[in-house]
Amino acid sequence: MNNRLYGNLIFELSKPGRRGYSLPKNEFGHHEVPAKMRRNEDAKLPECDELTVVRHYTNLSANNFGVNNGFYPLGSCTMKYNPIINEEIAALPQFAALHPLQPEDTCQGALQVYYDMQKALSAITGLEEFTLNPFAGAHGELTGLMIIRAYHQSRGDLKRTKVIVPDSAHGTNPASAAVCGLEIVEVKSTAQGVVDVNDLRGLLDDTVAAVMMTNPNTLGLFEREIPEIQKLVHECGGLMYYDGANLNPMLGVCRPGDMGFDVMHINLHKTFSTPHGGGGPGSGPVGVRKGLEQFLPVPKVEKVGDRYRIVTSNDQNFNVHVGEFFGNYAVMLRAYTYILTLGKEHIRMVGPLATLNANYIKEALKDVYELPIPTVCKHEFVFNGLKDKSTGVTTMDVAKRLLDYGYHAPTIYFPLLFHEAMMIEPTENESKETLDEFIAVLRKIAEEAKATPEDVKTAPHNTPTGRVDDVLAAKQPILTWKQLSN
Amino acid sequence: MAKVIEGLFYSESHEYVKVEGDFAYVGITDYAQHALGNVVYVDMPEVDDEVEADEDFGAVESVKAASDLISPVSGTVVEVNEALEDKPELLNEDAFENWIMKVQLSDKSELDALMDATAYEELCNKE
Repeated sequence: MNNRLYGNLIFELSKPGRRGYSLPKNEFGHHEVPAKMRRNEDAKLPECDELTVVRHYTNLSANNFGVNNGFYPLGSCTMKYNPIINEEIAALPQFAALHPLQPEDTCQGALQVYYDMQKALSAITGLEEFTLNPFAGAHGELTGLMIIRAYHQSRGDLKRTKVIVPDSAHGTNPASAAVCGLEIVEVKSTAQGVVDVNDLRGLLDDTVAAVMMTNPNTLGLFEREIPEIQKLVHECGGLMYYDGANLNPMLGVCRPGDMGFDVMHINLHKTFSTPHGGGGPGSGPVGVRKGLEQFLPVPKVEKVGDRYRIVTSNDQNFNVHVGEFFGNYAVMLRAYTYILTLGKEHIRMVGPLATLNANYIKEALKDVYELPIPTVCKHEFVFNGLKDKSTGVTTMDVAKRLLDYGYHAPTIYFPLLFHEAMMIEPTENESKETLDEFIAVLRKIAEEAKATPEDVKTAPHNTPTGRVDDVLAAKQPILTWKQLSN
Repeated sequence: MAKVIEGLFYSESHEYVKVEGDFAYVGITDYAQHALGNVVYVDMPEVDDEVEADEDFGAVESVKAASDLISPVSGTVVEVNEALEDKPELLNEDAFENWIMKVQLSDKSELDALMDATAYEELCNKE
């Protein structure tokens, strides 16, 4: 490891006047930029030779951890493998070189892909039509709620300002509702970890715009009361919103549209194998049931005969506006490649295998880690820390220690229902050998917690950076290089 | 084991009320600070704000989560604990000593709906 290159920011490697590139000879004559558009001083860019730049970023990337490095059981995030064929298709110049303002006659193939993709998602989810334009999962949630608000407004029903979310919901649900100007009401979970229908019943009235649900929920449990819940919500005039974060175990097995959901988003970067997190960008398609299509944002693609055309305005203006173009098109393209690669037959294998893997880990560890809800889970489950609480070793410590053994940590301290939550989602990709090794390591950490607790409490020890001070980072964040150099 | 103090009133959402005449000090319990972990920020109301029982009056952010503060009582805020602005970690050091707001109570009968130390201790043991 070259510490000078790794340990410094690219700005600190800068030498005034150094260049990595020579501009070719000017063959087009000299054109002055008008004085009023010129900057007064040079942009403060780092000045480095090409090799320094390459080494700097190569060293940085070697300290990154992704699905391609190792097991990444981050709960509710569905960190599945991103197949290489997705990248090959997305890199085809016929797609990669498209311009967003290209006339539709010159990009019929690209428009067909958009059209067919939204049809594929409709078939998978049981909803009528999708927009692929939202740029991320949370953006999809916001779009979905804007659609719901527009629906109520179109009926002149202006008193529906509340959104009900379970206490186990992803934090994005209340956040999206708040951004959409809606009020958030929490519905409790039962001791079995599912929505308390009696509590919900008491919350339903004519001010409820929607109920947002994740199914299976964040504890990895299927909401069995969903037929009753959707009936109650629809009877009171509200709509059902499906948070697609946990769609993976449902693929090809069970459809949100059939469960009575009206609007949903999908995280392509979770369920449909596109790059995730810092490696994004994400994509959050939004689907609606029949009767709500007119509220979907434009642009969209319409098929007329065997031609595809771009629709840029709705018949009615409901102001559901999420962007001028077709979202993160190249991400959608990767997801479409994944769907076609698996096909109708094999996509059915995703859910059962993800479910089997999660249950396998859960059962193999429940004697040393506390399992608060001991039923069969779907694609993920939650431990409430180590079973033996006397060692003082917390979920945070276990997560940090996992890094020493070359694993990404699970999602920790979420959902908020359990104080020491540790949420594990293996995905369908992992082999039995990988799962067995992971189980062995978690058992070893449980033993270390008893024998050498200090080693666990001060972990990680083998990573480029040791235990970071997250309290200091939250209280005194240093967000710019200038702040750092002062 | 979390500390519980006799003579205070407790809510299910882990706030305590310490009554002095027509005034009450409201804060989070030792159990709550323990569950939250290292507190990094306390969002407090302002003096003269009206608070209502069962409505939120602020939030506590820790490295684990952000949690709403639910007022167990109704009334007018007469003082907030400004020390928490710079030193939110005081809640971790002693949650009962470091109250969050002082309220002039508008309805003392609301206290009847709250738990005493024994009932609250039972609740904590169950969770």
